Amino acid sequence: MPVLEGKELRIVGFLCNWCSYGGADTAGVGRFNQPTDLRIIKVPCSGRIDPLFVVKALMNGADGVLVSGCHPRDCHYAEGNFYARRRLEIMHKFLPILGYEPGRFEYTWVSASEGQRWQQVVTSFTEQIHKLGPAPKIVGPEASDTLSLMQAAL
Amino acid sequence: MKIGVFVCHCGSNIEATVDTAAVAAAAREFPGVVFATDTMYTCSEPGQDEIVDAIKEHNLGGVVVASCTPRMHEQTFRRTVERAGLNKYLFEMANIREHVSWIGKDREANTNKSVDLVRMATEKLLRNRALHPKKFTINKRVLIIGGGVAGIQAALDCADGGLEVVMVEKTSTIGGKMAKLDKTFPTVDCSSCILGPRMVDVAQHPNITLYAYSEIEEIKGYVGNFEIKVKKKATYVDWKNCTGCGICMEKCPSKKATDTFNEEIGKTTAINIPFPQAIPKKAKIDPAFCTMLKKGKCGICAKVCPSGCIDYEMKDEFITEKVGAIVTATGFDLFDWTVYGEYGGGRYPDVITSLQYERMLSASGPTGGHIKRPSDGKEPKNVVFIQCVGSRDKSVGRPYCTGFCCMYTAKQAILTKDHLPQSQSYVFYMDIRATGKLYDEFTRRAMEEYDTNYIRGRVSMIYPKGDKLLVRGADTLMGTQVEVDADLVVLAVGAESSAGASELAEKLRISYDSYGFYMEGHPKLKPVETNTAGVYLAGACQGPKDIPSSVGQGSAAAAKVLGLFSKDQLESDPQVSIVDIKRCIGCGKCIQTCPFGAIKEIDFRGMVKADVIETICQGCGICTSTCPQGAVQLQHATDNQILSEVNALCQF
Ligand SMILES: Cc1cc2nc3c(=O)[nH]c(=O)nc-3n(C[C@H](O)[C@H](O)[C@H](O)COP(=O)(O)OP(=O)(O)OC[C@H]3O[C@@H](n4cnc5c(N)ncnc54)[C@H](O)[C@@H]3O)c2cc1C
Ligand code: SF4
Ligand code: SF4
Repeated sequence: MPVLEGKELRIVGFLCNWCSYGGADTAGVGRFNQPTDLRIIKVPCSGRIDPLFVVKALMNGADGVLVSGCHPRDCHYAEGNFYARRRLEIMHKFLPILGYEPGRFEYTWVSASEGQRWQQVVTSFTEQIHKLGPAPKIVGPEASDTLSLMQAAL
Repeated sequence: MKIGVFVCHCGSNIEATVDTAAVAAAAREFPGVVFATDTMYTCSEPGQDEIVDAIKEHNLGGVVVASCTPRMHEQTFRRTVERAGLNKYLFEMANIREHVSWIGKDREANTNKSVDLVRMATEKLLRNRALHPKKFTINKRVLIIGGGVAGIQAALDCADGGLEVVMVEKTSTIGGKMAKLDKTFPTVDCSSCILGPRMVDVAQHPNITLYAYSEIEEIKGYVGNFEIKVKKKATYVDWKNCTGCGICMEKCPSKKATDTFNEEIGKTTAINIPFPQAIPKKAKIDPAFCTMLKKGKCGICAKVCPSGCIDYEMKDEFITEKVGAIVTATGFDLFDWTVYGEYGGGRYPDVITSLQYERMLSASGPTGGHIKRPSDGKEPKNVVFIQCVGSRDKSVGRPYCTGFCCMYTAKQAILTKDHLPQSQSYVFYMDIRATGKLYDEFTRRAMEEYDTNYIRGRVSMIYPKGDKLLVRGADTLMGTQVEVDADLVVLAVGAESSAGASELAEKLRISYDSYGFYMEGHPKLKPVETNTAGVYLAGACQGPKDIPSSVGQGSAAAAKVLGLFSKDQLESDPQVSIVDIKRCIGCGKCIQTCPFGAIKEIDFRGMVKADVIETICQGCGICTSTCPQGAVQLQHATDNQILSEVNALCQF
């Protein structure tokens, strides 16, 4: 089933298991209403997130990608979010080269207790993506070429 | 792989805003899915039996349950599929409750989103492999951090259960806040009479090693095998020989040192033993006030000490301890009330905190149990208590209720009357929260038998009037303003997380809430566990708690540790990284990034390769996203598995 035509855009979230996924759960338990566009992929640590995942998601049709991990210094694995920060910071510079507005990608820190903060993050990111509208779609044979170029560059 | 999908109604929790039958119907079209259904309560016994039956009947090789968060029931369902003979990693969950049905009411959008999440789960499951845990031996020693009443309880229960216990306490004596209290509600029994013997037990128990005046420097390792670096702070007194005679204290000429044990009611000497019942009863020098340490002049204590314990050259010492589990019992601290300008912000000496008042009431305290005004040493007649100072007040960032202040205020009002029969107590309160056993009866006694004047309302202003303090507030029940000429004002200051709580959490790798209180594994079902295996919580470090609850949690944490140690071996989580030797080029990048030193260099037929030590790997996957070759892959979260989820979401 596609996203709801005219209502939703395709937003993919990569959330670390220990903090942000828990924060999203806390938001649910607190019944903090959120837009329905976002789909969450759980990863053990934000340090597990390969920038390639973000690019892949955008190239395959996502309109926005949101990454969220533990606050700096609170990483369950001590330093995973520092690696994440370094890797993901590059994305803001890299995406325009691929033809994506930098605003289509965001990374943030949300702890397991911050249900309300999660609600705000999701709401404002979804609004931001709706303002940008659907992302340009890269299709055809060049797509895989671009991707392998990306892979090499990263 | 033949996949079965179970979409849970969760009663009406999910079904009310998700068409679960439609989700199941859509799932039947997904690759690999041979069976899909919606069920009322998947986690219930009949719900689980349905899964077991379906696995057998349809010869399923994997199962997806779309229901609540995996943090709730992943373990439950993994056991279910195991019961039917499947490997427990051939299972995936789609979170359609916390992440869907509970956060919006649009049934169409929710149903659609749920279908997406189930598709994602099935695509991942198609790439799952059976994983098998390894066994490893555990070190059956336990570390207790914090020697308040909660930590003491946990330590004694563990030690009595036969475990070796290491206790690390930040200050130079154990006992925590309870050691400072005079009497305790609701029985009004003497605090040091019930705590003192327990403290002595800690000191004398053959299974307990106590490091007082010490802190946690570093924590390495994982459940079953932690390595702790303890910093023993320099006391400048050799504790092996110190007998606690106190002669140094008598002779020390520097008598203006901060008396933290007595909450700064009075001063102490630069070399001091915090109180006569201290455990351990040993002297330490406060370097900020010692003239010898500051100026190299004096040295009197060294001359008078009969055991020759004084060592002005002493340095901090570091000790390594190996344990298999950790109980954190670091308690709480008091809110800094001086932010309240209306109470004088600290300018009036006769406005004191509740804990200072406890020290004043205590027979072994600095006033010998006499209630005296700090300003002139006179006995007060009118005593005003103000509740909720730094509790239930958003304007100072403390919206929560401390929970025990109503009770201790009632206690202090009762004790005031006992000490000074001619006195009159007033209590300004917001609500009376006395929900424990015999608690409400207790606050009523304060009002009815002890004639305490309870005024419902807040105080707007305190200002000096002659040698008294004029307390002006509202009586919201009468709808009037009240003014009381007070001789002494006692503030029921609320609890906040203990100083350094977040730094310790970082070392323990546990979560804390926005106030710094540690987060339990589950608010209802895992009240003493944390999300880090082998680390447990006891007492007020998890949230404000009175003594009975702190002690209860101390025992509960001990029970968890004893349960953990009832096995000789633990199973390691097989969701660890492995190196594909053929792809590995031996660049060593993974070795550098692994935060746990879990990857080592090996020689493989003359070539350098990386190899993961399974029992050390914590499964973060940092190496996987570092490796330029994709050679090291975190099992159960491989590149292929995550990309299959991405594709499942983005193919349209
Ligand atoms: C004025 C007042 C009156 C009260 N009266 C009563 C009463 O009558 N009845 C009742 O039931 N409750 C009463 N309480 C509540 C009671 O004090 C608490 O329930 C109790 O102290 C909680 O025990 P705890 O062990 O969790 O924490 P604490 O007593 O705070 O002990 C924590 C210990 O951990 C140590 N520590 C902290 N951080 C570290 C670290 N990083 N490393 C090592 N050690 C560390 C501290 O030094 C301390 O020794 C009162 C509280 C106050 C403020
Ligand atoms: S050296 Fe002097 S000032 Fe310092 S602790 Fe000893 S007696 Fe006190
Ligand atoms: S997943 Fe990799 S980086 Fe993380 S602990 Fe295991 S070996 Fe180390």
